[in-house]
Amino acid sequence: MKNCYINGVGSVSAQETSDYETFLENYKEITTNITTVCKPNYRDFIKPNRIRRMASGVKNGVVAAKIALTEANLDSPDAIITGTGMGCTIDSEKFLKNIVANDEQFLTPTSFIQSTHNTVGGQIALSLQCNAYNVTYVHNATSFETSIIDAMLMLNDDASKILVGAVDEIGKQTTEFYKEAKIVKPEEIIFKDGLLNSKTKGTSLSEGAHFFVLENEKTTNTYAKIKAVEIYDILEENKIEEKIHQFLKDNQLDIDTIDAVILGNNGNVEFDCIFNNLQNGIFKHTQQLYYKHLSGEYYTANGFGLYLASNILKNQEIPEIVKINHKENKSLKHILLYNQYRGEEHSFILLSSC
Amino acid sequence: MNRGVAITGMGIISSIGNNVEENYQSLIAKKNGITKIENFKTIQSDSIKVGEIKIINAIFEKLLNLPKENNYTRTALLAEIAAKEAVKNANIKDINKYKTGLISATSVGGMDKTEQFFFSDENKEKNKKYILSHNAGDATKKIAKSLNITDFVSTISTACSSSANAIMLGARMIKAGKLDRVIVGGSDCLSKFTINGFNTLMILSKTDCKPFDENRTGLNLGEAAAFLVLESDKIVKKENKKVLAYVSGYANANDAFHQTASSENGEGATLAMNKALKVANLKATDIDYINAHGTATPNNDQSESRAILRVFNTKTPSFSSTKAYTGHTLAAAAAIEAVYSVLALQNQIVFPNLNFETPITETNLTPETEVVTKEINHVLSNSFGFGGNCSTLIFSKV
Repeated sequence: MKNCYINGVGSVSAQETSDYETFLENYKEITTNITTVCKPNYRDFIKPNRIRRMASGVKNGVVAAKIALTEANLDSPDAIITGTGMGCTIDSEKFLKNIVANDEQFLTPTSFIQSTHNTVGGQIALSLQCNAYNVTYVHNATSFETSIIDAMLMLNDDASKILVGAVDEIGKQTTEFYKEAKIVKPEEIIFKDGLLNSKTKGTSLSEGAHFFVLENEKTTNTYAKIKAVEIYDILEENKIEEKIHQFLKDNQLDIDTIDAVILGNNGNVEFDCIFNNLQNGIFKHTQQLYYKHLSGEYYTANGFGLYLASNILKNQEIPEIVKINHKENKSLKHILLYNQYRGEEHSFILLSSC
Repeated sequence: MNRGVAITGMGIISSIGNNVEENYQSLIAKKNGITKIENFKTIQSDSIKVGEIKIINAIFEKLLNLPKENNYTRTALLAEIAAKEAVKNANIKDINKYKTGLISATSVGGMDKTEQFFFSDENKEKNKKYILSHNAGDATKKIAKSLNITDFVSTISTACSSSANAIMLGARMIKAGKLDRVIVGGSDCLSKFTINGFNTLMILSKTDCKPFDENRTGLNLGEAAAFLVLESDKIVKKENKKVLAYVSGYANANDAFHQTASSENGEGATLAMNKALKVANLKATDIDYINAHGTATPNNDQSESRAILRVFNTKTPSFSSTKAYTGHTLAAAAAIEAVYSVLALQNQIVFPNLNFETPITETNLTPETEVVTKEINHVLSNSFGFGGNCSTLIFSKV
């Protein structure tokens, strides 16, 4: 297996992550049930005449991609691979609303054109004039993870530099239905005692875009190395520990050699118990971290998780705000990310410092 | 030559047949499935023709033994019919005997249901169960559960090239030893959303579409699903499996020209075809039949013709677009045409390009217009989509 280094990271999220020279310095814990991104200065990245026509997911995706490419000093990657759980929700809703409101008449193509799931990947290729491999994964909470799996396959074959990313945006009507279905918490103010102590169903919805440049070669800007990624669409709860043990063993590691585990707790009492059981089980003696109190939940929120892990390994320092428990500080060599969404779409990502 | 990854099963449902055999019979009988739309109401119904499957959802639900309170969208229903045929055709008894994955593709997802209640109060209550089946991944998850595939399950959406990329990823994962077996394909149903979307782009034909014709009138939309079972050499040997054909080449390139239009010189398409030939370790002259993307829009057919000429020069092999049979089935198209490519290899037959009369003046390419029997060892199949996505697959005879 050839190496897979993270050499560029770009992130637009509910935090000021698009200010790439800082790392969670002015964080704000999420307190509401719906949180939009902390907007970057789009004009720094996209021509003004194009900004107007782009929905927020497309804009954020292009910005995150450009930051990652700039950091890695890369003009044109060998592949552009994008993951998105919901795709371009805003333009889909807009076009559909017009169909219904105008009884299928007087429609214009713009929102339809921008409603396809691969709009972000296509727009990045267009702006870079990049003819390379370009694909978009759309499988709920493993969309982003499948993108990394594909990228690692390519790096092991004939590619050497790949742009991989995750994008999701908030659609207004979709959110209303998600509230009704109790996927999103209905209350305006939540997490009074913090996300980890939430006793109610549903999560706090957000959005974001996270792009990474993955390369075979280490550079002066290398954050970390991705050792392995695995996904399970369905995994019985009593099999999770076993699969984690096996995953680590396959990579010549065990629980004791993991310096921190990043968990996807999202404040939904129905499914956070899966994380809680691991916290009190195999990860009892491990430094546990979480991030969805900063990012909010969306299908590709684990992009924020990877942003976090990359920075922690590069800086060799864990911000207090993401710690669930407090373990003795030692050097940070290996980090494991475990995420699941509503009891399905489980993913493991293993990172090592360089 | 590189033999590629074995195809051991296939399943399909389209407007020209509910299974592989029915599709084959329609293809050789030159029987198209292009009609007026009947399954749902749209104000476009009198002005366009589509490749619609004349079976309503309730019948499919019965065929699949679904509980009354299911939340299957039409995309999921079509997908499950085709995926089950593929698994049966591959004679798989115990799916988890080998490390098996599922990669599907869609562009419509659950929009056929979403559009019925999202912005209209009257249908809201009874349709709320479809809130979560809107997602593109939903149909894939449903067939994964029904086939008992639990681990590697994913969905791709690159507009009209989606299922080509699903087949490509599946073949790559088997080659890399990440999976022993993978079910790959795609599904898309007709919806008001896509009909009106393509209508705003003014590329829908009022009549039967005429791919590669100078006087082509735009595309017919269609609905369909198709899946292939890909298996490693290890399984084929151990189980003494019958191989239908091989996926020997694949490539994906981006046109990087326009969000919806193809470049005039077919840059992305040319790159994809050349790269696929390289992966298959074949020369352009080794290709015996091209199953073209050939949507019958002015832009696609001109651009694809240019690309074919760039790759094949004066030695263009037999080619045809089968979209005049099925309509353009969007994310499912590449999987449908993969099944047709395998049928072409198995039967040594080139399927005709229906409704063709006059070659495009500029490129002067004439597709096959009759059922032609000839020696076919390698078939090249193109699929291009919005976002500049261009994919090419090559299938080779056993």
